[in-house]
Amino acid sequence: MAEFKKADSMLEWFDQRLGVVNFAKVMMTEYWIPKNINFLWAMGVLLTVLFTFLLVSGIFLLMYYKPDVNLAFDSVNYTIMQEVSYGWLFRHIHAVGASVVFLIIYIHMFTGIYYGSYKKGREMIWVSGMLLFVLFSAEGFSGYMLPWGQMSYWAAYVITEIFGGIPFIGDELVVWIRGNFYVSDSTLTRFFMLHVLLIPLVIIGTIVFHFYALRFPHVNNEAGEFFDFEEEAEKYLAGNKKESKVVPFWPVFLSKDFLVLGFFMVFFFYLVFFHYGFAMDAINFDKADGLKTPAHIYPEWYFLWSYEVLRGFFFEIAGISGKDLGLIAFGIANVIFFLMPWLDRSPMVKPANQRPYFKYWFWFMMVDLIVLTVYGKLPPTGANAWVGFASSLTFLTLFATLPFITKAEAKKVKEK
Amino acid sequence: MMDESRRGFIGKAFGAVAAVGGIASLIAMKKTWDPLPSVMSAGFTTVDVSGLEANKLEVVVWRGKPVFVLKYTEDMKPTDGRSVKIGDHYFSVMIGLCTHLGCIPAYRADQHDFKCACHGGEFTNAGINKFGPPPRPLDIPPFKLDGVTLVLGEEGPEYKAMMAKA
Repeated sequence: MAEFKKADSMLEWFDQRLGVVNFAKVMMTEYWIPKNINFLWAMGVLLTVLFTFLLVSGIFLLMYYKPDVNLAFDSVNYTIMQEVSYGWLFRHIHAVGASVVFLIIYIHMFTGIYYGSYKKGREMIWVSGMLLFVLFSAEGFSGYMLPWGQMSYWAAYVITEIFGGIPFIGDELVVWIRGNFYVSDSTLTRFFMLHVLLIPLVIIGTIVFHFYALRFPHVNNEAGEFFDFEEEAEKYLAGNKKESKVVPFWPVFLSKDFLVLGFFMVFFFYLVFFHYGFAMDAINFDKADGLKTPAHIYPEWYFLWSYEVLRGFFFEIAGISGKDLGLIAFGIANVIFFLMPWLDRSPMVKPANQRPYFKYWFWFMMVDLIVLTVYGKLPPTGANAWVGFASSLTFLTLFATLPFITKAEAKKVKEK
Repeated sequence: MMDESRRGFIGKAFGAVAAVGGIASLIAMKKTWDPLPSVMSAGFTTVDVSGLEANKLEVVVWRGKPVFVLKYTEDMKPTDGRSVKIGDHYFSVMIGLCTHLGCIPAYRADQHDFKCACHGGEFTNAGINKFGPPPRPLDIPPFKLDGVTLVLGEEGPEYKAMMAKA
């Protein structure tokens, strides 16, 4: 063992044993963030805080929740909502938090796309972020099943049924996932396990990886400018804070983040206390009934766009059934964003509005996603079905043409 | 060199043992997720069709799935390979789950057809998809006729004949 001399302070005592001074420097006071950023750069911290809220409220819900088809519904709607002191508060925080976390994830994600923060060394940040999106989706889906209401049941039914579309093993796979021929107790208990243990563990690991992935390429900035972080950090440490292009994560960057966080928390708790209904569908307050499909099934708002892509193809094309086409399109929609760094063939890292062609692509995509989201909630009949088809096709076309658009853009910029 | 090859051999042996253990645990994990034997051996459902009313949908549960039993009226024509004659009447016997994504279609008695509320799929009274995303007609469960009693879960000659035509 190394020689330890008597410590003069508590800080020194811990520093000798854990190296806390150096650790704080690396993680906080000498972790450099660009100066030229705006409030959209606060979304990462917002998400970390929201995830903590979900974790803590989830722990309290877990104390009273019972994962059993006969007990689950009442343990949520009677025990937690009416008997447990402040049980309703934890449920509302959990439900609203689950919905709002997707709002912030989408803002975070489209900020990244708008500013080109996914390429030229930042690929792993992007890929790990998209992995988190998929994991949060799985976490949201598995959690939605737990109250065992009608929407819980039928969402579970429809989504597990999707795996039946996989060639050859589809039907057996569905039974295997459910642990029964239909969504039943075995399905509830295994998704309970996924929701409270396995997926959160993987999420925490992936969040750590996501943060780590930021270390080498560093955070992007509003102008997409590349500069030497070490040089700028030296300037800052030498006292040239004005000239330096960077600020330390703590206390400078975080204090600004906390301002945004403050406004966000007001909005969040306004929703939790006064407007929680949007996150708790009325139909889900009817107990699950496997023999009665609700008249109209729709997912939570954050899944509507991909749901609309799934059902956008409602007729056969070239001998492939509408169902298979929808499944293929849905599969593509769920992974295509991972490929952003490679589909964007332009080396330009600039905000979209400064890129001659990409700006049209970006806003076109935004509009298309909004159309998909709006029509995902409407019954798919008559003209609605055709709008769904057109916007699904537009979604796929936008991604198919992205490499060509950005290649043409790169050429145009070079000629200038 | 002797040392090198010994290390190499130990490394390979360790890898082989680890691979066997890894595969064995994957199999165990897969099997833990399998449906339980009690689920797999879930029994048979019997329906007495003699008391059913024409043009009124009867829904029975078989292995957790709704099964539609529909008695035809005189003016509803039987469909070859899908309608089954029990006694003097024709019936539709099919799994009441939309072949698109598994919702339960509702029977519209006045139009003699089924309409799925989820994605707008429509089926004839014999369960043939006529509109919307469903890729195929409603599935027919294995059944056997025992006089006027329908046994779901067992393959009778009528069922086999229907499958041969389909």
